[in-house]
Amino acid sequence: MRGIHDEGSERIPSGCAISSIFSKSGKPINGERIIHSMAPMHDRSNGLGGGFAGYGIYPQHKDDYAFHVFYDHSKAQNACESFLKERFCFAASEQIPTRKLSAITQEPISMRYFLRPLYRRMEDLQLDESEYVARCVLHINAQIDGAYVFSSGKNMGVFKAVGFPEDVGRYYRLEEYEGYCWTAHGRYPTNTPGWWGGAHPFALLDTTVVHNGEISSYDANRRTIEMFGYACTLKTDTEAITYIIDYLTRKCGLTLSETAGVIAAPFWSTITAMPEPARSQAAYLRHAFSSLLITGPFSIIVGFTGGLMALNDRLKLRSMVVGEKGDMVYIASEECAIRVIEPEPDRIWSPAGGQPVIITLDKSCQGGDHHGL
Amino acid sequence: MAFDFLYPQYEIIRNPSRCTACRLCEKQCANGVHHMDTHSGTMLADESKCVACHRCVALCPARALKIVKTDHTFKENANWTGKTITEIYRQAGSGGMLLSSMGNPEPYPIYWDKLLINASQVTNPSIDPLREPMETFTLLGAKPETMMRDSLGNLVDNMPPQLRLKLPVMFSAMSYGSISYNAHAALAAAATELGTFYNTGEGGLHPDFYPYGSHTIVQVASGRFGVHPDYLNAGAAIEIKMGQGAKPGIGGHLPGVKVGPEISRTRMIPEGTDAISPAPHHDIYSIEDLRQLVYSVKEATHYQKPVIVKIAAVHNVAAIASGIARSGADIIAIDGFRGGTGAAPTRIRDHVGIPIELALASVDQRLREEGIRNRVSLVVSGSIRSSSDLVKAIALGADAVYIGTAALLALGCHLCRSCQKGLCNWGIATQRPDLVKRLNPETGAKRLINLLTSWDHELKEMMGGMGINSIEALRGNRAMLRGIGLTQKELDILGVKHAGE
Amino acid sequence: MRINAFGMYYRKLNETIRACSDHNIVIDHLCGQRYIACAEKDRLFTLRGTPGNGLAQYMDGATVEVFGNCQEAVGDTMNSGEIIIHGHCGDACAYGMRGGRILIEGNVGYRAGVHMKAHLDHQPVLIVGGTAGSFLGEYLAGGLIAVLGIGAKGAYPCRYFCGTGMHGGKIILRCDKKPEALPPQVLVSLASADDLSELAPHVEAYCHHFGHDVQTLMAQTYYVLTPNPEASYKRLYTFE
Repeated sequence: MRGIHDEGSERIPSGCAISSIFSKSGKPINGERIIHSMAPMHDRSNGLGGGFAGYGIYPQHKDDYAFHVFYDHSKAQNACESFLKERFCFAASEQIPTRKLSAITQEPISMRYFLRPLYRRMEDLQLDESEYVARCVLHINAQIDGAYVFSSGKNMGVFKAVGFPEDVGRYYRLEEYEGYCWTAHGRYPTNTPGWWGGAHPFALLDTTVVHNGEISSYDANRRTIEMFGYACTLKTDTEAITYIIDYLTRKCGLTLSETAGVIAAPFWSTITAMPEPARSQAAYLRHAFSSLLITGPFSIIVGFTGGLMALNDRLKLRSMVVGEKGDMVYIASEECAIRVIEPEPDRIWSPAGGQPVIITLDKSCQGGDHHGL
Repeated sequence: MAFDFLYPQYEIIRNPSRCTACRLCEKQCANGVHHMDTHSGTMLADESKCVACHRCVALCPARALKIVKTDHTFKENANWTGKTITEIYRQAGSGGMLLSSMGNPEPYPIYWDKLLINASQVTNPSIDPLREPMETFTLLGAKPETMMRDSLGNLVDNMPPQLRLKLPVMFSAMSYGSISYNAHAALAAAATELGTFYNTGEGGLHPDFYPYGSHTIVQVASGRFGVHPDYLNAGAAIEIKMGQGAKPGIGGHLPGVKVGPEISRTRMIPEGTDAISPAPHHDIYSIEDLRQLVYSVKEATHYQKPVIVKIAAVHNVAAIASGIARSGADIIAIDGFRGGTGAAPTRIRDHVGIPIELALASVDQRLREEGIRNRVSLVVSGSIRSSSDLVKAIALGADAVYIGTAALLALGCHLCRSCQKGLCNWGIATQRPDLVKRLNPETGAKRLINLLTSWDHELKEMMGGMGINSIEALRGNRAMLRGIGLTQKELDILGVKHAGE
Repeated sequence: MRINAFGMYYRKLNETIRACSDHNIVIDHLCGQRYIACAEKDRLFTLRGTPGNGLAQYMDGATVEVFGNCQEAVGDTMNSGEIIIHGHCGDACAYGMRGGRILIEGNVGYRAGVHMKAHLDHQPVLIVGGTAGSFLGEYLAGGLIAVLGIGAKGAYPCRYFCGTGMHGGKIILRCDKKPEALPPQVLVSLASADDLSELAPHVEAYCHHFGHDVQTLMAQTYYVLTPNPEASYKRLYTFE
């Protein structure tokens, strides 16, 4: 198995397929559904990476940070667990349940922890809770050799591996999970026999990103985001995109549509033609965060607690389709991925380039205890 | 304006004691350099129009002409050279991008010239290729990944489609349009006679050349000129052109003036219209889209023909090649930054991309590390100048090479690098009927056959010297190479030891 | 021949089609299978469901009628024949198309008709009933693209950068006001009687398949985009 730093030692362009399912009423959706959705897009992946993110899947631990961690060896596990024990109270600790499949080989050790921050330590550092947890994740990934935290949010989890997405889903027994939102990814890297951590989704706290495409602005974006304390250890586009979104939303306090206006900023010619005050707002975002403009083809689905954002690059160089049926919303690279699980959607449409599609839980189920939220 | 005057780079020296004022030079020069002074009856030259193509020199019956580099100079300056200064004048005067043609002429390292080939002494016998068997026959294509047996226990032929080459050299893609009908006729006839392949480029296939289909590689480029099901099925293989060494990331533009009736028919566009090839294929924006296009041509040709994907050698070429190898391509063609072109923006020709030697070494190594080198064959180009370059390319890991510039030189090209003007005095890079006529296709074919036959002999001599009697034993055999005057980093990338080690 | 494509991989499906000599091919329950009718010469395909990418790529004479939406690269490098889509169509439709006709009942995605070109009796036609995404007719070299804007209430029926790099052919747009902010390679004018008579048979075919009223549609305001000969690429370069 290749180690984290083998794959992270150089940048790997990759293409892909993405899909997601969302229930606006917070209705639980079985993980089996998202696996079915990926099957018709088989040819968009090459078997070197597949992954899923589920939201609302850990109702019994909804207030704990659910860490999913890969270890290359038990030494890494010992180092990481003692690091975590100094900083968190463990509510639970277990191996992530999997199923033996001939298509999935060279498994690392994969562990799941439900963690509560040690408040005294957090207060000593004068950090808010999310920053405290994020710094721990970034530290482990950059400093503990052979350990990689690939999921770290509350009441959500990422499941990923080297393989075709259909196999990865069965490997992780996703049929045993239910959540109000699922995202999925099939990877087509142009290099490496594949490393488990290199599969999507990428996650930090509850933000997850699945991504199709290769960005041409990568090193300009990376060198900018690293100024703000992020370490792009994996050298993949999606890792940088995840950190950029975390930085803009959590640290700068931008809304999601403003974030879209930074990373997929409209052309100046388009901005000039906008009415006020949209024009000044768009121009401001483009000026203020000019080094976080992402160019080159991408379509991404960003998951977060209570919602989803889908976004294409401003030239819309990748395909993306949105389907709606009742309270359900489906987003995928190809329409067939929606039709296979919802043959008769009420509405099906393609978002324009640079125009975010933002979906959130209905007000009635936000903030309450409805369905594990 | 005075500052738009640029002193000519070359001067024509006419020996008045030899010149008979026969005016042949005047007739031969499409650039209009020579003319007769009617008062004095002597021949004069406007050197500002001269491209140094040597047509007049070569044909002057009195041997009265020669062309020399001018000694006229700016005040010497190692930073602001005369070339840089004149380019600024030209751009300030015109507002245009600098355009040029053929390969990168700048003094970058040529790694072929820093690699030395091995020979056997004592411990292993060398072989005399004139008396003993020596195989340069080459198959290009993916190799089967699993062995299958029928009910009788015999191996089932599950070999994917292959290209069969009598020698590991093919003629690279040059479209009808960028070069003339007669140049294409010569290439097609020579490839057939030699048992190798020529390549249509993206200009479509003229109906006259369909009979050469079994020795033709048909190209599908971003402009899709002349591409239709019969065209795809006419060739022995299909090449999807993603990029070209002389202008990575750039499209093409055949001006309408070159689109005469025959080119119109071949490209399937109206006469006199510009033929513009977009920079990307607009149905490929990501690696999985390449897979989609590869399989679309396989579907259209019923999986009977190997598919070549041609890319320019750029920084992350190894990762790109790995992705292509996993996308259904049977052959990957990699074109280095010294590769030729009919026209490219000068800044791109001279500054974008990497040398083919380094690209080849890293791609071959990467594909082996990933265990997928057998899934594809590698063809390299830009620029292979001789049989020793060929031997070195194969030892670094290539299956075969493409030659473009060397083939044009065999047809009479003098590398004046003015193809973009369409006034090629040698009848190659032109569509003017009176100029095209100057290139006799039979003579051209004969010269191409001579060139490759001599290279094949030289290749066999060098293989024999190494004690190797089959080309596959040379492929990737980097122990047969040593570097000379290279840094450790360069040796590491090339995967060879230094001479003396 | 009638095929139920449910759960069938495209290789198997297309092999089945190639192995069959029937003129009429009906396929039900398509869901993402690629390259249907690829390079087909003269057969009639009736498709239900969602055909995958590369539908009718290199097609050379066949007729394809789709009851459902289509995905990407429909009619890519198509040479002749006809595609009728009862629904919407994805991105990169009709790329490099040289001949034949594509009728789309609803909308088309980004980059429709890029580098369409014409030659003698090959005159490609792309008719979009609804609206089109950005870069419609980019690098257009020949043929006719029309966007009827049904449902757009007279608004400009495209997004941005329509006709960038156009150097041949014609784009006809139905909208009440003259389109603005088009690239320099494009000239805009009200459709002439000749333009409208060129468009009319295709609108009739559209109405025949999708059931709108020809007279009502043809009576609306149309604008025509043609290449601007002043903006040729020749001026871009200088050489020795």
